[in-house]
Amino acid sequence: MSTIIKAENLVFSYPDEPEGHPPVLRGIDLEIETGTFVAILGHNGSGKSTLAKHINALLTPTEGKMWVDGLDTSDPENLLEVRGRVGMVFQNPDNQIVASVVEEDVAFGPENLGVPPDEIRQRVDGALRMVGMYELREHSPHLLSGGQKQRVAIAGVIAMMPKCIVLDEATAMLDPSGRKETVDTIRSLNEDYDITVVLITHHMDEAAQAQRLIVMSEGQIIDDGPPKEVFQHVDTLRAAGLDVPETVSLLYELRKSGVDVPLDALSDEACANVLTKLLTE
Amino acid sequence: MALKDITLGQYFPGNSLLHRFDPRSKILFTVFYIAAIFLCRWVVSYGFVLAVLLVFIAISHVKPKVFLKGMKPVVFIVIFTAILNLFYTGGHVLWSYGIFKITEEGLWKAGFMVLRILMLICCTLLLTYTTSPILLTDGLERLLRPLKRFGFPVHELSMMMSIALRFIPTLIQETDKIISAQKARGADFDSGNLIQKAKALIPILIPLFISSFRRAEELAIAMECRCYHGDEGRTSLRQLKMAPRDWVLIGFCVVMVAAVIALRILGL
Amino acid sequence: MEPIIEIKHLTHIYSPNTPFEQKALDDIDLTIYRGEYLGIIGRTGSGKSTLIQHLNGLMKPTSGQVLFEGQDIWSSKALTHSIRFQVGLVFQYPEYQLFEETVYKDISFGPRNMKLEEEEIDRRVRQAAAFAGLSDEILSRSPFELSGGQKRRVAIAGVIAMEPKVLILDEPTAGLDPAGSASILANIDAYRQANNATVIIVSHSMEDVARITDRLVVVSHGTLPFVGAPREVFSHGEELNELGLSVPAVNRVFARIRAAGIDLDPAVYTVDQAKAALLKALARKGGR
Repeated sequence: MSTIIKAENLVFSYPDEPEGHPPVLRGIDLEIETGTFVAILGHNGSGKSTLAKHINALLTPTEGKMWVDGLDTSDPENLLEVRGRVGMVFQNPDNQIVASVVEEDVAFGPENLGVPPDEIRQRVDGALRMVGMYELREHSPHLLSGGQKQRVAIAGVIAMMPKCIVLDEATAMLDPSGRKETVDTIRSLNEDYDITVVLITHHMDEAAQAQRLIVMSEGQIIDDGPPKEVFQHVDTLRAAGLDVPETVSLLYELRKSGVDVPLDALSDEACANVLTKLLTE
Repeated sequence: MALKDITLGQYFPGNSLLHRFDPRSKILFTVFYIAAIFLCRWVVSYGFVLAVLLVFIAISHVKPKVFLKGMKPVVFIVIFTAILNLFYTGGHVLWSYGIFKITEEGLWKAGFMVLRILMLICCTLLLTYTTSPILLTDGLERLLRPLKRFGFPVHELSMMMSIALRFIPTLIQETDKIISAQKARGADFDSGNLIQKAKALIPILIPLFISSFRRAEELAIAMECRCYHGDEGRTSLRQLKMAPRDWVLIGFCVVMVAAVIALRILGL
Repeated sequence: MEPIIEIKHLTHIYSPNTPFEQKALDDIDLTIYRGEYLGIIGRTGSGKSTLIQHLNGLMKPTSGQVLFEGQDIWSSKALTHSIRFQVGLVFQYPEYQLFEETVYKDISFGPRNMKLEEEEIDRRVRQAAAFAGLSDEILSRSPFELSGGQKRRVAIAGVIAMEPKVLILDEPTAGLDPAGSASILANIDAYRQANNATVIIVSHSMEDVARITDRLVVVSHGTLPFVGAPREVFSHGEELNELGLSVPAVNRVFARIRAAGIDLDPAVYTVDQAKAALLKALARKGGR
């Protein structure tokens, strides 16, 4: 498999930060393979959002390197190329929708790329179908729910045909149904269209759905692996100001009381199966 | 304060002939029509221009009542103009009381001025009622494009207009929220004198400004991320196309203005 | 228990007699008690925001009554105005409503509107800041240079400074990470206990609210289908799921185990309860 995102000893500090203040990112080494669904979990101020902004060159490393699809993000020449390959969805759904009609907004990216009008139409319709918003294409964005707005924003990114989508805390302002809508949408994009997805979040249940989970704290990666594995490190996570999903938490507590249960049953179903077995055998 | 009740964008979706015209030809019609209004001289030309307006209102399928409503805000100006013209035009005196006198000329002039203002408002309402704000912006951008050669920022202006259209409803929702929140802390917007009332607006305006700046900043980043870099090499989803009917409308515009000029020369 | 707010046959209709007419609340009855910790739960658009804005007189009932300490809050203009100070309401993302030059001034906005003495205002501002977990040193700073979490604390302090008998918070932990959420909720509970105040937390997430409150009110389509202690409400786990509310994961897991024919408590909603129930069931099995 090929690598789409690669960071090497990435250090970042804001230029106006006072002397002696630790950098926001303190030496990140990371490789993300094309087509994976990666979640980056961390508390507020852990540096996860700063890392995300490096992936599409909104920020560039103070030290070290960041490559996207082989392109060095520090090179200003690569800027448009990088942003065409990595789409970004932000936290506040209201502040990233440009146009007053849904389909117009989705067209904004391809228009900027100079795509011919007929092809824009195809891309817009396709993208809106992929996120399930085709029926609402002529609606006004301000009348949509939070989850719907984020789906429009995702469609706007897809229409640019990126290789990778980064969701920078895109679910933080949504209600549970909006969060589910958004995460379901990006999961299907990843599974059905092989788009690399990087989901930045502090919600455990969302992180649990990824193929790979990276945990950040104090500007460093402190854990990295499949969610089933990472969530077993309950103490590490709690020390980083995070929690684990209730299912794992329950199994962890049972283990502490001397009951022999595995910790890798993450989903409701897996957890229920483990417990049912325990109670019947 | 129920800001939600303010209707924004005076557009009434529909499928009348007028709705289907290209926005450019409709904008041109409005410009020509305004020119025609100002070229009118006497009863016949005014009558002609008024008849044109009434026909267009009829084919717009927008209820006449809506036009009357739209003219409400200018009632004061209309009355003011009427009075001014009525009492301050010299000529053949019909009626007088002290320093007030009404002349025959004044009567005509007041009548024409009122008609002018009303027709002016009506023809612009006709444009906005039958053209969506987006198409209007688009049409203006295309029409003004030649000015770009002289350094006029056509694209930037139209981008500003469409972003404003997008954010006005959002800002209204936000203002409602801030008002409620400050009321919950006992803010009083209704009592006191003018200065106190103006001061009471500070807790609304400052958060609104700050959030608008935040929104602008975030939007700029989001636009940058979607490869926005001005109108260089930019294409557009919507392609405006002039249909035969649009050329007919433009042809009609020319005929209309010519007719009014002819009537003017004839003193009608 | 002594009632503090009584809602009687409350109905609210938006844009009545227009094509946009919409019934947001439909004949609601609810009594809220002094000193209780109440959770109001519902999806976006369920009517919960409309409901709370009736409690402090920001919205007027289309029909029905809201009584505060036995009096209809709309019975006189003076009473309606004073209710705003007795029933403090912290909106969602309250940090966006800060406007003063310093944190101190912003927190004092409410008490100043109450026309209190300068000394009393000072006492309240400092006490409210302490309740909200803000240090004295922050008071002289501009609210706009604080972090998001601190701004939220300033906004909450601004309402606490009115020393309301009822404190309502709409999604006070939205957008905060688990550690930040827990800390703000602990601060709010400290205020409740110190003043015997009623606290109402409004949320669309049952998980967080169930753990801390004494009683839950579920709002759905302008009605209150479930009102009661969390255990009671969660015994309707399946119906809650159908209403689109996020039931705690342990409750869902238990429902699955029960579906496999094992008798377990249907009303668990915290990890500790689930653990206790499982250990008991295991002991029972071992004993057999």
